[in-house]
Formats: sequence, C-alpha cells, structure tokens
Amino acid sequence: MKEVKIFARAGQGAITTATILGEALFYEDKYAYAFPHFGAARMGAPMNAFIRFDTNPIRLRAKIYQPDFFLVIDPTLIESEKCFHDLKEGAKGVVAVRERTQVPTVKGAEIHTLPAEQIAMDIIGKPFANTVLVGAFAKISGELKLDSVLKAVGKRFESKPALLQKNLDAVRKGFESV
Amino acid sequence: MKKFLEGSWAIAEAAKLCRPGVISAYPITPQTHIVEHLAQFVADGEIDAEAINVESEQSAASVVLGSQNAGVRSFSATSSQGLFLMAEVLFNIAGMRLPIMLVCANRAISAPINIWNDQQDSISLRDSGWIQLYAENNQEAVDLMIAGYKIAEDSKIMLPIMVCIDGFILTHGMETTDMPSQEEVDKFLPKYNPPFKLDVNNPMSFGLLGDPSVYTEARFSVQKTFDDVIPMINKVGKEFQSAFKRDSVRLVEEYKTDDAEVVLVTMGSLCGTIKDAIDAQRANGKKVGLLKVVAYRPFPKAAIAQGLKSAKFVGIIDKNISLGSDGALYTEVKSLLNDSNKQISGFIAGLGGRDITITTINNIIDLTEKEENHCKFVDVKKELLWEEFHAS
Repeated sequence: MKEVKIFARAGQGAITTATILGEALFYEDKYAYAFPHFGAARMGAPMNAFIRFDTNPIRLRAKIYQPDFFLVIDPTLIESEKCFHDLKEGAKGVVAVRERTQVPTVKGAEIHTLPAEQIAMDIIGKPFANTVLVGAFAKISGELKLDSVLKAVGKRFESKPALLQKNLDAVRKGFESV
Repeated sequence: MKKFLEGSWAIAEAAKLCRPGVISAYPITPQTHIVEHLAQFVADGEIDAEAINVESEQSAASVVLGSQNAGVRSFSATSSQGLFLMAEVLFNIAGMRLPIMLVCANRAISAPINIWNDQQDSISLRDSGWIQLYAENNQEAVDLMIAGYKIAEDSKIMLPIMVCIDGFILTHGMETTDMPSQEEVDKFLPKYNPPFKLDVNNPMSFGLLGDPSVYTEARFSVQKTFDDVIPMINKVGKEFQSAFKRDSVRLVEEYKTDDAEVVLVTMGSLCGTIKDAIDAQRANGKKVGLLKVVAYRPFPKAAIAQGLKSAKFVGIIDKNISLGSDGALYTEVKSLLNDSNKQISGFIAGLGGRDITITTINNIIDLTEKEENHCKFVDVKKELLWEEFHAS
C-alpha cells in the first residue's frame, strides 16, 4: 500500500488532483481511496487531499501522516503546514514553485520542483497548477503511466471540451519538466 | 459496472436506480453533494422524479411523508442538525408506517458547531421507529440502499429506513464501486405497491388521533414488526447476494471472530480501519476479531451474541455518547451479555471528526484486555481540559 498527501488551499484543485490520480490508478487495476480533509470550510484555507492505493481494496480510513509521495500545490504552505516534516523514508514528491520560493533540502526525501503555476498560465491561461503537477507526479513516482493520467484528465474534463486540450497539454508539460 | 466514484455520487446514482417518484431534501454539509447530483439528474431528465425544493429539513421530511402516503416511492437525505430538524416528522413517518428511505450522512451535533463525522445524529434518532443500517464503505452504502427499499416496503414491514453513511469519510471519499445496471435493479426491486394509501377513489385518513384506547397497540405493532425485520434483512440479503453476488446486506459481519479472544464491536467506516489493525495483530500471533454491526435498528441480539461467543474480552467503540450515561452501542451490547463472564469495555472515539488511526485501535485492543471500562474516551488531549479532569 502506498500513500500520497496533497497540500493546497481550498479552491486550488486538490480534490480534482486526487480524483484524477485515483481514476488513473483505477485504469491500471489498482484500488484507490481518495479523500479530502478540510479545516475551515472556506476558500483559501489550507487543506489536504489524500490518496491511498494498493492491489487490494483499501479499508484503512485514517488520514495520512507519513506519506510515500507528496504534492505541494501552493508553495506558501511549505513552512506553515510543515509539508516535509513527517515523510516516509525515501519519500518522493513534486512542489509547485514561484520565483522566490525556497525549498529546503530534506534528508531521505526526493523533492522535485517546477514552476507549475507559470506553466499553467502559459498553457491554460489560469494559475491552476494541479494538472501540471499530476503529469510531473506520474513521472517521478513511477506509479502511473502517462496515458492513464491523460485518460483520467479526459474523463474529468469531458463536459468542458474547451479546457480539455489545454489540461492534456499541461499534464504533458508537467511530465516533461521533471 | 465498476467505476471510480465519489461516495455522494454513488449514493445519488443508487437512489436514481431505485426510481423514486419524489425527492425532497435541504442541503447540509456533508450531505450536499448527494442532493446536488440528484437535482442534476432530475434537471437532465435522467430520472422520472419530482424534486421538490423546500425551505428546511422539517419541510423536506413533511414533503416525503405526503408523497409516500400518496403511494409514491420517496427519498430524502440529510445530516446532523438537519436530521434533528426533521425529528418530529420522522417519528410520524414511522408511526404512519411509510417506508421512506433517508440517507443520513453522519455528522457531529452542535455545540460546538462541527461539520465533521461522528454518529451522534442518527444514534439520537434510534427510538424513532426507523430501521437503521450502517455502511462500512461506498459499495455497502449502494447495496444497502437498493436492498433497503425492498426490506422496508414489504407489506409485512412497512417501516421507514435510514441508511447511515459516515460523512466525509464515505460521502467525500472516492473509491471503486460496482454500480448495478437499471435492468438488474428493476428485476430485483418491485414497484412500490402499498396496501394502503391516500386515494380519492378509496378515501382513508392517516395519522389521526390515537387516544389511550389504541395508542399502545399502535406502538406494540411497530415493536412486533421490528422482530420481523430481522428475518426480512436475512431473506432480502440472500436474494441480493444471488442477484448481485455480494453479501453486504446482513445484520452483522463477523471478521476473524471464530478463534478470537479479543473482539471489537462497532459500526460504519471505522470497521475497515479495524480490519487492517486486526490483520497486523494476527501476523504477530494475537487473536483479535471484529463484530461489525450493520443493523442497529432492529438490534440483532441473537446475531451479536453469536458473534461474541468465543470472545473473552469485548471492546465496543461508539462514535457517539449518551451524555450522562455511556456510548449507545456499548449500553445495548453490555445489557445483552450481562450474565456472561466476559470482560466488556466501552470506548468513545472519533467524535467530531477526530481521526481514528491504527495506533488508536491498537491502544483500544490493549485496554480491552487490560481492564474493564464503561465509557473510556480515547485520544483525549489533557492540555485542553480543566485540571480537575486530568486524573480521569
């Protein structure tokens, strides 16, 4: 069983990210349980989404404290949410960084950075870093094929054709950027 | 067909598959997504039902009371304060023998205001005359809903049914769920055909004054019917298993209880976490099991006694508390086993969304063996308490 923790602010698409990853894992015949945890129920408040996955159905319902993988959608949370304080040995993750973001070196962890918001601005026209990060995650985790992620993004945006192609491009760019 | 679905979506889809004619609900976290999806189905013409907008849960319950009484299968969903605002009407629905289905997305009760999961809401309505079933995962939620209408609407039963689903953990949790097809559900669940209904061609009155000469018998009849619900759950459970190849419709589930010395007892999504904890403990040679209570009303006394037969130590975990007494499930299991020489303990956990980890469960297993407790709150933060409470 592997565990993923996503750090974001409410409204930045953490649940969408978890949905896409869970759906992509489903296409690869894995069982996933993806779930959010909200603090204050308002836009901008720090929140987490989690995914736990395995070849057997997931029964464990607790939150994830020591993830195997992490995604940081909002770099301003690195310190306040202690994103790297409790990772599993050998944990890997991706962090969306801005111009002045300082990412610490963490012993025993592999942290990949990419300007995901800027990439999203260039491709989608809005600073939604999540689909870029999903592409990057597929690459660095080695747990998912790019095709499964693209198929899951296709499902997610099937009712929004205008956004679909842009988000598929964002995933590919994320995959190439790490 | 297997799909990767959010719990609320699976629940809305299951409600749709049961073809209700009237849906009425008022949005409240964490139930909101369920009614959003249902409203969308109605707006898109995917379901031939009337969705009636209301200004409160009290009205939502009153609407489905009326529609079901007119002979139309009806559905509602709510949580927490919303369920309490329905309470008056819910007792009426049971007394009037209307087999409505309500999904309760379990959430804590104010004050302090809290949107997160525990089971205080539905447990507080346990005396209302509604059948109550608790789901461990989204698959069970779907299965219990489809079977639930069949159990409730049987002409021998005619009682309302509440399918209880842990808020956020299941309603907002996405997982693989095998959704039956419309054809399969149509084959399994007959059309609603009540023996009595509001009908201009055959006028009848419902919900009338029941004076002291008849009131006791009305209550007695509901109580006697609950005795029949137990075999009905078993019967419909078997039919469900043969139609859908899943055994989720049952009174209780025994998980590795056969040789277990320590058996935990609880309801809902926590059972999954406990199963993982049990497997890990068994790998270390410790004989631990779980008795999952699916049907809380009717309370399946014989099945529970059977499931706890081999246990020397019983630990009952309640996500609720009858303030001034103990946890609800503990009180009832304890009274059932009063003559036995088992050591029986009650634990209060997971209130208002407090996370229950494998460590919490291991701690409860240790305490269950070590000493008898009737109402042990676990994972309490002493630093938040008045100093005089620290010793307990």
